Amino acid sequence: MSRRLTFDIFRYNPNDPKSRPRTERFTLDETEGMTLFIALNQIRDEQAPSLAFDFVCRAGVCGSCGMLINGRPGLACRTLTAALPDTITLMPLPAFELIADLSVNTGKWMRGMSERLETWVHLEQAPEIDALELAMEPEQAEAIYELDRCIECGCCISACATARMHPEFAGAVGLNKIARFRADPRDRRADPDYYQLVGDDQGVFGCMGLLGCHDLCPKKLPLQTQIAHLRRGMLKSALGKS
Amino acid sequence: MKAIYTDVLIIGGGLAGMRTAIGVRRRGLETLVLSLVPAKRSHSVAAQGGMQASLGNCLRGSGDDEDVHFQDTVRGSDWGCDQRVARMFTHMAPKAVRELAAWGVPWNRVAAGEQEAIINGQRVVLQEHASAHGLITARDFGGTRKWRTCYTSDGTGHSMLYSVSDRAIAESIPVHERREAMSLIHDGARCHGAVVRDLITGELLIYLARATVMATGGYGRIYGISTNAIINEGIGQALALETGVARLANLEAVQFHPTAIVPAGILVTEGCRGDGGLLRDRDGHRFMPDYEPEKKELASRDVVSRRMAEHMRAGNGVESPYGDHLWLDITALGAAHIEKKLREVKDICHYFLGIDPVREWIPVRPTQHYSMGGIRTDHQGQSPWLGGLFACGEVACWDMHGFNRLGGNSVAETVVSGMLISEYVADFCAGREGELNLSSELAGDFLEREQRHLDTLQSSGPRGENAMEIRREMERIMTGKVGLFRTGERLQEAVKGLEALPCPRVSLPRERFWDIPVPKIDSPTRQPLLPRPSCAHHDSVPHIAAKLLVRNSVMMTTMTLRRVGCAICMPYVTPYRS
Ligand SMILES: Cc1cc2nc3c(=O)[nH]c(=O)nc-3n(C[C@H](O)[C@H](O)[C@H](O)COP(=O)(O)OP(=O)(O)OC[C@H]3O[C@@H](n4cnc5c(N)ncnc54)[C@H](O)[C@@H]3O)c2cc1C
Ligand code: SF4
Ligand code: SF4
Ligand code: FES
Repeated sequence: MSRRLTFDIFRYNPNDPKSRPRTERFTLDETEGMTLFIALNQIRDEQAPSLAFDFVCRAGVCGSCGMLINGRPGLACRTLTAALPDTITLMPLPAFELIADLSVNTGKWMRGMSERLETWVHLEQAPEIDALELAMEPEQAEAIYELDRCIECGCCISACATARMHPEFAGAVGLNKIARFRADPRDRRADPDYYQLVGDDQGVFGCMGLLGCHDLCPKKLPLQTQIAHLRRGMLKSALGKS
Repeated sequence: MKAIYTDVLIIGGGLAGMRTAIGVRRRGLETLVLSLVPAKRSHSVAAQGGMQASLGNCLRGSGDDEDVHFQDTVRGSDWGCDQRVARMFTHMAPKAVRELAAWGVPWNRVAAGEQEAIINGQRVVLQEHASAHGLITARDFGGTRKWRTCYTSDGTGHSMLYSVSDRAIAESIPVHERREAMSLIHDGARCHGAVVRDLITGELLIYLARATVMATGGYGRIYGISTNAIINEGIGQALALETGVARLANLEAVQFHPTAIVPAGILVTEGCRGDGGLLRDRDGHRFMPDYEPEKKELASRDVVSRRMAEHMRAGNGVESPYGDHLWLDITALGAAHIEKKLREVKDICHYFLGIDPVREWIPVRPTQHYSMGGIRTDHQGQSPWLGGLFACGEVACWDMHGFNRLGGNSVAETVVSGMLISEYVADFCAGREGELNLSSELAGDFLEREQRHLDTLQSSGPRGENAMEIRREMERIMTGKVGLFRTGERLQEAVKGLEALPCPRVSLPRERFWDIPVPKIDSPTRQPLLPRPSCAHHDSVPHIAAKLLVRNSVMMTTMTLRRVGCAICMPYVTPYRS
């Protein structure tokens, strides 16, 4: 027998002067293999045409659909309703600017972070595209890819007490990016440069190490070890013996 | 009226758009990028398997060069591509890979010495040369004579888009996210920019530019089941079509990928077969060698998809509540390989099917995947009919893929075309034609028209037809009647069905595709069905969005069909001729 699911969904559109924050309740019949992507679309198509949320890839790779699912940040598109109780509460990710209902402006936050932390390979010179590429150890390439897999979904930010208090805090996503470029031999920056970017309370020293981020990252990035490594590197740098 | 000026307006923040932006910026031009979603969430991010470029570093790639790549591309296109474009492309692809490597893409590398691989179902040992150690490696893909597809595990598109986007951030290129181009501003001969809607506030804006570049991706979502992101609705193609001046081409050339999972339609990469995966039927029989003794599972995509459909029709499919499917078996590759090189595939199987591909077979069937057709341009990416309008990436048809795109050639095309076309755009801007000369009156007219469309829809309110139902019906028609195999009869039914849909109709002439008149200017235009923030005014705005979308999509599908209708003898309906 299929279940009847109850959804309690946060509704509020800050752009609409008449709108007030509230929770609305919807019910629908669960179908086999139903994901929150399917369920939310069904609710919008049939019951609440103005319901706002963000999906793009619907395959767990683009990072658009982070939300609080029964209080836990996660990717809605790859969450099966079968894994959830009969009543499902959906809230927008905290720490980001609310656009409406379940839609938050992660894009703006991520761009700001990228600009502050300069999350790009700093090259010695313009790439020489007509010559053979520089060799790289296969394991090194894999190690960079391991950290490159972050999808900027923002789940780690929502799980982070520091990020919620300090809007400029790099967060696990930012610290992981620094770790990624630090591991990349093509980037000419060295620890003193990174220290300038994350060697303070907005960076690695603002992190309280409670690791909500690590447990919740949908890509299972090794945030715990990366933050620890980075902290050690930055401490050394502060002590002037990088 | 709020107007924003720039030299080059780029509509689309995927790989094609971002690389073009970087190119024109390097030529000293002002540029900005519009995107429905944050740029890094564009559909390019989902590309898994890899990017073709004839580096020839790994053992199985040795002897490769741009000529071989060119021949594969032309043959793979069913001889339908523009060979000049294919030439330009295969020449540039290795350069593009190297540029991306410098920008940070962690391409997988050749490891010298004995390496295990699965070829044709057999475990073999390859002896990689010491001299190639650490250079960019490649995997096998369908329809290629060499191992040519460069990759980062199965997250190639992700790594590429992040590197290119980060490069654009480094060069301070603004991206106006959550903004949608609603129509192109033009005077019949020259494009001047676009009317744009802010998807947060609902406000309409004017963007004026010397050159406008469309990089809005494909139109997969006119089908009910597609591997594409849900924002890939052919918006860019429709914008161009609606000018009544720019033209589209090859819309019937729609690619069906052999291996999307059932029922979700999410892709698992061709790399699965490239790395040694097999296709099996209800009896566990490996059937591809029966049909294609030489290339087997790695024949080009259109061939494999058609053979699969044929095999299922002959009663060999696995029955399921969602229709028949076949199996993709990658168990022979082993846990270590899958966890390293096919980790997205593993995740997708885990989250969407609840299976472990290391031990279990994956249910797959051919599913809409790629749009070969699009905005017709010359080899420089410019519309021959509407000056100042350029297009590149999946939205465009400079005709590199003909009737079938080879796997791995698309992300390569996006970056290569960005590299090349940005130069042509910059040349255009440097010339006399490239000057901005536009009456603000014209821009105002376009803005007003767009506003009127929205108002009309809004005042009709959420009563009347249910846009979602119309959309579903459209998708059903496309999926059911305009699929992999097409017949004249079913196409006719499809045209009738689409025309009967209760939405503002566009009448198009039957005879000549090339001369499509402007669909009534005073009727509303498209809208993507991006679950959008409802905007300031009114609860019915999403309804407007849905209605616009339906109208647009129906227009696109009708267009597609018209073209297919006159192309029934094309390779898409007849079994493959080799
Ligand atoms: C699942 C999957 C896997 C794939 N794997 C591979 C692969 O392994 N190798 C390969 O070569 N190819 C692959 N492809 C194909 C390839 O990914 C795409 O063809 C390519 O990435 C398209 O890039 P693009 O830049 O042209 O468009 P997209 O990446 O789709 O970007 C389109 C952009 O346009 C914007 N946009 C659209 N409309 C508007 C509007 N009206 N106003 C403003 N902005 C707008 C969007 O926001 C987006 O930023 C795959 C495709 C799929 C579906
Ligand atoms: S680190 Fe993980 S949780 Fe944070 S943005 Fe990246 S993928 Fe999301
Ligand atoms: S470990 Fe640091 S970054 Fe992670 S949630 Fe805690 S404070 Fe935030
Ligand atoms: S929609 Fe892309 S990750 Fe969920």
